Amino acid sequence: MADSSSERVAERKRHSFFVNFFIRLLKEKPLGTFGLVITLLLLFTGIFADFIAPYGVNEMYKEHLLEPPSAQFWLGTDNVGRDMLTRVIYGARVSVIVGLAASLFATIGSTIIGILCGYIGGKFDLIVQRAVDAWMCLPGLVVMIIIISGIGAGILPVIVVLGLSWSLIGSRIVRSAVFGIKENVYMAAAEAIGCSRTRIITRHILPNIMAPTIILFTTRVPAAIMTEASLSFLGFGIPAPLPSWGGMLSGSGRSYMYLAPWIAIWSGLALAITVYGINMFGDAMRDLLDPRLRGGAGRYGVRRLKKEAKEESESSVPEGSTKQ
Amino acid sequence: MRNYIIRRLSLVIPTALIVSLVTFFLIQIIPGDVIDSLQRQSYDIEFDRAAMEKALGIDAPIMVQYGRWLGVAPQMDGSFSGIFQGNLGYSWLKNKSVLELVAAKWPVTLELGLMALIIAQLIALPIGIFSALRQDTWGDYIGRTFAILCISIPGFWLATMAIVFPSIWWGYMPPIMLIKFTDDPIGNLRMFIGPALILGMSMAGITMRMTRTMMLEVLRQDYIRTAWAKGLRERLVVMRHALKNALIPVVTIVGLQMPLMIGGSVIIEQIFSLPGMGRLGLSAVINRDEPLVRGTVLIFAVFLVLINLMVDLTYGFLDPRVHYK
Repeated sequence: MADSSSERVAERKRHSFFVNFFIRLLKEKPLGTFGLVITLLLLFTGIFADFIAPYGVNEMYKEHLLEPPSAQFWLGTDNVGRDMLTRVIYGARVSVIVGLAASLFATIGSTIIGILCGYIGGKFDLIVQRAVDAWMCLPGLVVMIIIISGIGAGILPVIVVLGLSWSLIGSRIVRSAVFGIKENVYMAAAEAIGCSRTRIITRHILPNIMAPTIILFTTRVPAAIMTEASLSFLGFGIPAPLPSWGGMLSGSGRSYMYLAPWIAIWSGLALAITVYGINMFGDAMRDLLDPRLRGGAGRYGVRRLKKEAKEESESSVPEGSTKQ
Repeated sequence: MRNYIIRRLSLVIPTALIVSLVTFFLIQIIPGDVIDSLQRQSYDIEFDRAAMEKALGIDAPIMVQYGRWLGVAPQMDGSFSGIFQGNLGYSWLKNKSVLELVAAKWPVTLELGLMALIIAQLIALPIGIFSALRQDTWGDYIGRTFAILCISIPGFWLATMAIVFPSIWWGYMPPIMLIKFTDDPIGNLRMFIGPALILGMSMAGITMRMTRTMMLEVLRQDYIRTAWAKGLRERLVVMRHALKNALIPVVTIVGLQMPLMIGGSVIIEQIFSLPGMGRLGLSAVINRDEPLVRGTVLIFAVFLVLINLMVDLTYGFLDPRVHYK
């Protein structure tokens, strides 16, 4: 058994990290693969919105106000005669931009703050972490609303506010990951042979905290999309003529929803599917990347072990093994 | 343990100081002030700007204003009356003290939040445990899909649908006036149950996932194998040995969810027109009512500081392995 598993490890090592990751995703995580498909679909819709959308984003058809879904307007029209399908497609673009940019901002910010706190430690860590403490004690959404009403609504302000705020909060995760690897022998070895701080950080710390950092990023993307929608819904996110999934549910359309309920349905549905897909993918990714969740042989892993043992004994029967 | 409590409590002081600084100066970044906003609303009257600034006390240097707000600098009449004296100032627009306004609103938010919290745990724990016990079966997939659905469905969308469709189908509208619990307990609960369910949904999803993950981790521990080897019944192993240990990090997650709950309640209160703290704060931001904005943010923050403190301290009681040095 030991031989075959070590063979399996050797076999896995032949592929690069990402190829290996995708093979395992496809094999082991059907829901994660489904999530990946949704995520790719969202990316595609966001990037090629101009080509997919049947009408212009702010084109108004004055003779088609509040029309229910039809062959001409697949998802109906809103109160100023804009095609809902087009609005939802362009909304994907806003979500993609905010989701990716804010998460990237937040993850890079968290990594920088987290590494500095974890590696330098001492007084610096103590002071920065008190700021993080304080920030985590503030009601996030309310604070974002106040800041955005100060600097003005728009895509960039939302990205900056989300990015900055989550840089601080996420730094906790990176910091504890750094603390986790700090005691390893290779860190002492690197210091002993006189590596510079920059080299230690870039070559020894950074690669070893990649897994939690990637997980942090994937959990931030759906959260950023959701928070942007919430802010836009309250009127503090993406300003009106721009199509945002949250904004479509608020503002002038809101009073017409009783007459034309389809205004209320589509953007929220798109948002739910998107966040669902990214979450599913992120979840599968965490399962594959987090070493603590890999394998294991508790009672509840027994079924798989039994299966493997069975396969093994079957394969070893021709050799005349007596293993049961 | 006692040393830990003292050390943990002493950490609250810098946190509280930074919270008060951020709360006070945050609103300063908004260009324009209440006088501009009032001037826009009544364009036929010319305001005496200097007199109004003096009356509101915003002509003083900003650090003096901060000191007055905290209660360490004398007010205009020379008395000390700020946070340290238990006074959060006076609303600029409503002619009432901030505490008075908050006192009228917080029971609504608390009831909404508590109900959401209870509903979330009632949904999350059983499904989370079930999911872990039947890992990688169809039951598990359904449980996990449900959990992620709970997180993925935007509350404001579901709330909007919950208002729009009943009114179209059955002509039902949620009550506009708040039904007080003391007047009509059933009506009050009926009014809150929908909003609380929607608010608790995302929390239920997150707790469910956390419960599942922790149960899986705990079920692989040696002491669980020992429990099985002793021939204990499944019920005993799961409830006594596994669940008790698995729930420790879940407590933290529930604590960490509180800021999201507050954000959610701002939205839910707005949609269902529940007169709570969230609506109070939001209208204060829109009206530039600085003392009221500061007051609501500060009260939310104090609540969160206390929750975090509680979570940290309960950790020690729940998990005897945690040693505080």
